[in-house]
Amino acid sequence: MTARAALLLFADGRLPAGGYAHSGGLEESVRTGRVRDAQSLESFLEGRARTVGLVLAAFAARSCRAARDPDPLPELEVLDAELDARTPSPAQRETSRQLGRQLHRLLTGMAHHPLLERLPRAPHQPLVLGAACGLYGLRPLDAALAALHESVTGPAVAAVRLMSIDPFRTHAALARIAPSLDRLAERALEHCDGSPHDMPAAAAPLLDVVAEVHATRSERLFAS
Amino acid sequence: MPRRALRLGVAGPVGTGKSSLIATVCRNMAAELEIGVVTNDIYTDEDARFLRASGVLSAARIRAVETGACPHTAIRDDITMNLIAVEDMERDVGPLDLVLVESGGDNLTATFSPGLVDAQVFVLDVAGGGDVVRKGGPGIARADLLAVNKVDLAPYVDVDVDRMVAEGAAARGGAPVLALSRHRPETVDELCAWIRRLAGDHAAGRHTPTDPGAPAHHHHAHVRAT
Ligand SMILES: Nc1nc2c(ncn2[C@@H]2O[C@H](COP(=O)(O)OP(=O)(O)O)[C@@H](O)[C@H]2O)c(=O)[nH]1
Ligand SMILES: [Mg+2]
Repeated sequence: MTARAALLLFADGRLPAGGYAHSGGLEESVRTGRVRDAQSLESFLEGRARTVGLVLAAFAARSCRAARDPDPLPELEVLDAELDARTPSPAQRETSRQLGRQLHRLLTGMAHHPLLERLPRAPHQPLVLGAACGLYGLRPLDAALAALHESVTGPAVAAVRLMSIDPFRTHAALARIAPSLDRLAERALEHCDGSPHDMPAAAAPLLDVVAEVHATRSERLFAS
Repeated sequence: MPRRALRLGVAGPVGTGKSSLIATVCRNMAAELEIGVVTNDIYTDEDARFLRASGVLSAARIRAVETGACPHTAIRDDITMNLIAVEDMERDVGPLDLVLVESGGDNLTATFSPGLVDAQVFVLDVAGGGDVVRKGGPGIARADLLAVNKVDLAPYVDVDVDRMVAEGAAARGGAPVLALSRHRPETVDELCAWIRRLAGDHAAGRHTPTDPGAPAHHHHAHVRAT
């Protein structure tokens, strides 16, 4: 039997791991006027998926595969450093580690996981997500999908608080980009083997800039 | 079980005096208890800044959780950020005796998760009017302590404090209600005495947490306020 239900658990926005406090750069993008309507929101989401989303998905998928090895820790450690190298914004590195730590805290609070308990204190979020998928019997493709799903649903849900848009339109945008998430997940899988130094590095430089500016704001609804 | 601090939640609507109550407790009890504070704000770290500015605790003992405009979620549905903030602080500056967690205060229905705090105070103020107590909600009905704050203002807002307290006690089946004002030292002493007793019970393993969010299974109308 193929595990499936656990994937829904990890992809659920209600997963109590603190993700709701983040907008994935949307808040600052709305503030600067780059995202202002349903159309520009959809472009933002799709752009995020194709760049950051793909990278996160590849790291999640590979961490999922690694979690089934006899000793995944050395590979997870390399992946952690590789993801650092692909995240130029210090604020974004910090956010990723904070989210990773929160997911880690949740997972270790849910059950005893010898592997997770040996992870360093604040690993990047997609590594924890991927490892968790592996531990719950899911496949690397599932982990990639979960990472991609999260990379767009977080900002889409934040959108209804940040701009004048109703939730039907945000979800219509999510539904329209769903096929491209499927394609991106397949592409992420191509990086499950081979040298970890060759992991993808698709970037959205403006998201990095936005993350840095957002971190300096004294008034904001979302933490990132 | 390793000894950890008593975790006391402070909930209630915005402006009722939660941050002030916490500052008052710190000012009056810092000599006898090692205290830390975690705040939950709607907009970044306003409350943490207020407490740091008040100088009642060192900056390392005041942590802010950013709640993504969902302060009620952060104390009940998804407590992970708060739990990490409390655990980090205990590890960094501990051992502590008391960690006060302030809620972001967005509505009457928000209560703390039993996974986050051992006990909670619900704060109302007289300026909100006497009706609020009657309107009720889980925090008003079942928090460990209901504080009716700013009683010094009662004459200016035409509120009968004794009546508000009596109605609070009735809505709570006799559980404690405290008329409080930081300008009335005897009421502050009562608050500190209540916390002291709770911290003592917690340290001795005698405190059994109750969850105001859960429906009461039986009524304790016969239980008298202590
Ligand atoms: N008169 C009076 N004002 C108070 C008292 N406690 C708090 N306040 C004032 O009430 C306002 C809101 O207090 P604050 O602690 O920030 O409320 P919070 O939003 O619940 O944290 C501030 O202006 C305080 O100075 C009190 O006992 N008496
Ligand atoms: Mg406050």
